[in-house]
Amino acid sequence: MLSRTADSLYWLSRYLERADYVARILGVAIRLSHLPGAGAGGANEWRSALISAGCSDAFDKIYSEANAETVMEFLAFSDKNPSSIKQCLGTARFNARSIRTALTSTMWETINGAWLDLQAMDLNSLVKRERSLFLEWVKDVSLRFDGSAYRTMLRDEGFWFSRLGTYVERADNTARILDVKYHVLLPENATVGGGLDYEQWAAVLRAVNSLTAYHWVYRDNLKPWLIAELLILKPQMPRSLISCYQTLVESLDKLAESSGRQGPAQRKAREVALKLEQSKIEKIFDVGLHEFIETFLAENNALGSAIVEQYLI
Amino acid sequence: MRIHVRHVTTYTYDTPAHSITQLLRLTPRNHQGQTVRKWRIDLDCDGQLKASEDAFGNTVHTLSLAGPVGALTVAADGELDTLDTNGIVRGAVERFPVGLYLRETDLTKPSAELIEYAKALEGPDILTTLHNVLARIYRDMRFDKTPTQATTTAAEAFALKSGVCQDLTHIFLACARTLKIPARYVGGYLWRADGDARQQQEAGHAWAEAYVPDLGWVGFDPANGISAMAAHVRVAIGLDYLGAAPVRGSRTGGPGERLDVAVSIAQNQ
Amino acid sequence: MAFDEMTTSDGGVRAPYAGIAQWLKDTPAETLKTRGKEAELLYRRGGITFAVYGDLQGEERIIPHDIVPRVLARKEWNTLAKGLEQRVRTLNRYLADIYGPGECLKAGIIPEDLVWQNPAFRPEMVGVDVPHGIYVHIAGVDVVRIDPDTFYVLEDNARTPSGVSYMLHSRDVSLRLVPELMDTHRVAPIENYPDQLLASLRSVAPRRQSSEPTVALLTPGQFNSAYYEHSFLADKMGVELVEGRDLFVRDEVVYMRTTQGPQRVDVVYRRIDDDFIDPLSFRPDSTLGVPGLFAAYKAGNVTLANAVGTGAADDKVIYSYMPDLTKFYFGEEPILKNVQTWRCRRPDELRYVLDHLSELVVKEVHGSGGYGMLVGPHATAAQIEDFRARLNANPSNYIAQPTLSLSTCPTFVESGIAPRHVDLRPFVLSGSDGIRIVPGGLTRVALREGSLVVNSSQGGGTKDTWVIE
Repeated sequence: MLSRTADSLYWLSRYLERADYVARILGVAIRLSHLPGAGAGGANEWRSALISAGCSDAFDKIYSEANAETVMEFLAFSDKNPSSIKQCLGTARFNARSIRTALTSTMWETINGAWLDLQAMDLNSLVKRERSLFLEWVKDVSLRFDGSAYRTMLRDEGFWFSRLGTYVERADNTARILDVKYHVLLPENATVGGGLDYEQWAAVLRAVNSLTAYHWVYRDNLKPWLIAELLILKPQMPRSLISCYQTLVESLDKLAESSGRQGPAQRKAREVALKLEQSKIEKIFDVGLHEFIETFLAENNALGSAIVEQYLI
Repeated sequence: MRIHVRHVTTYTYDTPAHSITQLLRLTPRNHQGQTVRKWRIDLDCDGQLKASEDAFGNTVHTLSLAGPVGALTVAADGELDTLDTNGIVRGAVERFPVGLYLRETDLTKPSAELIEYAKALEGPDILTTLHNVLARIYRDMRFDKTPTQATTTAAEAFALKSGVCQDLTHIFLACARTLKIPARYVGGYLWRADGDARQQQEAGHAWAEAYVPDLGWVGFDPANGISAMAAHVRVAIGLDYLGAAPVRGSRTGGPGERLDVAVSIAQNQ
Repeated sequence: MAFDEMTTSDGGVRAPYAGIAQWLKDTPAETLKTRGKEAELLYRRGGITFAVYGDLQGEERIIPHDIVPRVLARKEWNTLAKGLEQRVRTLNRYLADIYGPGECLKAGIIPEDLVWQNPAFRPEMVGVDVPHGIYVHIAGVDVVRIDPDTFYVLEDNARTPSGVSYMLHSRDVSLRLVPELMDTHRVAPIENYPDQLLASLRSVAPRRQSSEPTVALLTPGQFNSAYYEHSFLADKMGVELVEGRDLFVRDEVVYMRTTQGPQRVDVVYRRIDDDFIDPLSFRPDSTLGVPGLFAAYKAGNVTLANAVGTGAADDKVIYSYMPDLTKFYFGEEPILKNVQTWRCRRPDELRYVLDHLSELVVKEVHGSGGYGMLVGPHATAAQIEDFRARLNANPSNYIAQPTLSLSTCPTFVESGIAPRHVDLRPFVLSGSDGIRIVPGGLTRVALREGSLVVNSSQGGGTKDTWVIE
């Protein structure tokens, strides 16, 4: 496979995953902003959404205040934000178009259809209800793309590169949301358990589509350390860091099989996966969740670079 | 006249380049006024130089290097015997009929002003016309000896009323071709009569050859307002600079390229 | 009155169109309309689009497809095909001649300046030993018809002719939207075009190539107007669609960058113009090409299809010499006619053209896409005067031809079924093992009433072309 084709598949999948993630954090922000007491205690949900999306600094260069209007515009529709949903879909479609022949027709039609629909929308005049529908639509597009890749792609290099993109991005997103919410919700000496806290923690789970999963796994009230454990260490939870890394290791092994060569990317993925497998949540909290996540994000980035170095240029 | 030339080009990269590909036109050939005694191209990296001849009869070397390459030096070095032939070039490798050298290229396309300028220089015969063009360019254009990297067109240089030898040559070509006189670009070296026996220069030299019936190809050096002489070492010809450029190259990776060119020319009787 | 391919002047129906005429009679206009809409949807959803240069609004447009097929009888086609083959042989021989011995110049058939001063002539190609001596591997020859027996070549396209994907898609559309009509006709298949193209390309791999040659299609990228076609053809041939940055040259051998390391490439079907294929040999500012590609080509390590410099054979002045060249090289009478052409570079012919501007079509020698053209009978006085000035300023840049009465075919338009002017672009493949032509080609139709301009960029549409037994 051409390195450029693999590169486009990788980034196409990353951008669709990112679009889905941004839609989820916006959905959560909308939900939290409706709660009584929202905005109190400095917990500005809209600011938090920006930080979760990793776009806070870029936002401040353009807007003076983070509120429902500005954040929605910036994260969903803005042409000035390369990670806005609109730009993610545009970039994904651009990548898809440059490698059309490497996509199945279902995948192409999903992404091209979504892009055409997006062109037809008048994004600036969406009213509140329509905004939620729009976010649902984005999640749906991502789901359909993922599903069509899973169902229709040959299990050859192209498929594995597309998985790599999805899971490197997904691991990044899960780690980010944990990190942001940790800051917002666990200031030192605060007690956990109030209604607002409950909603905040539930919001984390909603952002990664795992509220129900939590109850199935733990059959317990929401507890921050269990939430962290679920999202970091539980292999049965599909968005957990460990689950992402298991898939990454598997996909990289498949690639190594077809080329007959193991390289830095395989070694890096294995190293991170092993570390996660051997971790305990208590240990993580001892070291500091924030520090743990920082390290993880750096390692995840390093894996991304290793994949690019090894295969994509 | 025996002339010794050493032309060293050094590239350094802030981050090593992944790969480098170059076409080198750095090897002179013989004609009646020029005999190459010895000539070689040295690299300071392991790489292959493949020699071939281009459509104009120039010797070309292709160089490809697989990285990482942090720095590269290409050195052409050799010795020639030259004769003064009053600028007339005979016995050179000729691959095209004269008519080809009326072609207009992107770099020699004249502007309306340049056409007007050329037309006013038409003399009673071709040789007189060419000397008019040579004298007028020498008079009207300022010869800028500091090499530039950018490629300027004849029209742009004409509007600026100045340029490096390459630009003045392009203006000469544009004038000659406007007047339906076949003309071509010559890349090479010049031992400057007004300098020391050993000279350090920042670049090679360029001049033009125009076709005069009964005489054949005659060299005109518009930067110095003279015909080509024994001090002119002729390396490559083309329709314009691009066809005779000593080095045309490209690389992947290696941002932050620095280029250093040193030409030393010595004359021993 | 133009020759209509379906209806004779006395209201009868020509034999090849019997089935179509009946079908048109039997099918309600509403149905035709619905199917026309469906055709558009098929194109739109499939992303079968093209870009119009200089049109920022409509980044991607589709070409209107007319569902009424254009029909040629097998016998008509056979004659046409023979003529096309002869034409393409002439193009190839001419190129081998001007980049080689120059016999046509020595014999005085072609004036020298038409070669040496031709902007599309590439001096760099002189003396290059082109693999198998073939220059134009893929040619698109534009043909028009003016009566039952006469086909004229309107234009040779020897550079990177496009449109074949539209030919293939219009057949797809016919199969889906007018199956009942296809059932009642024995239509010669064209679906094997990609296989034929691949076989042709493989046959011209450099001779020392022993194993199965690797072919790649080089595209300028997705902003190119024909990008859809590039990706479509690569896909159908099962070859990689590469951009310049996917290829590199080491020691005069061309490789693709793949996830498994470098892979050697033997044949590059390039859809990039000469100027841009190699910044070290041609335009230095090109970022679309491959540095060193031309050196690899000269060294005989890769085949470029088409060869570099084929444009020297297809401009509109050289066009006018094609019949002479066929006679000169092969001693054969040209099977296809040439449209009478006035070469404005010659003062007597220029004078005639200037005196008859309102009757003639004036074209730029190197123009394409229907741009830079004057259609005398349809032009305003101001347009004519504008061209008069242009002709006087730069006569050698123009040729003129009589306005041909292009044949018409029944076409579904707003008002129902009406005759519209058409042309035909068959695609001719030249390999080391012979010439291949799939029966038919791309029929382009001028959808505006009375218009003779069929170019997609100027309101033209396409039709499926049927060669029937």
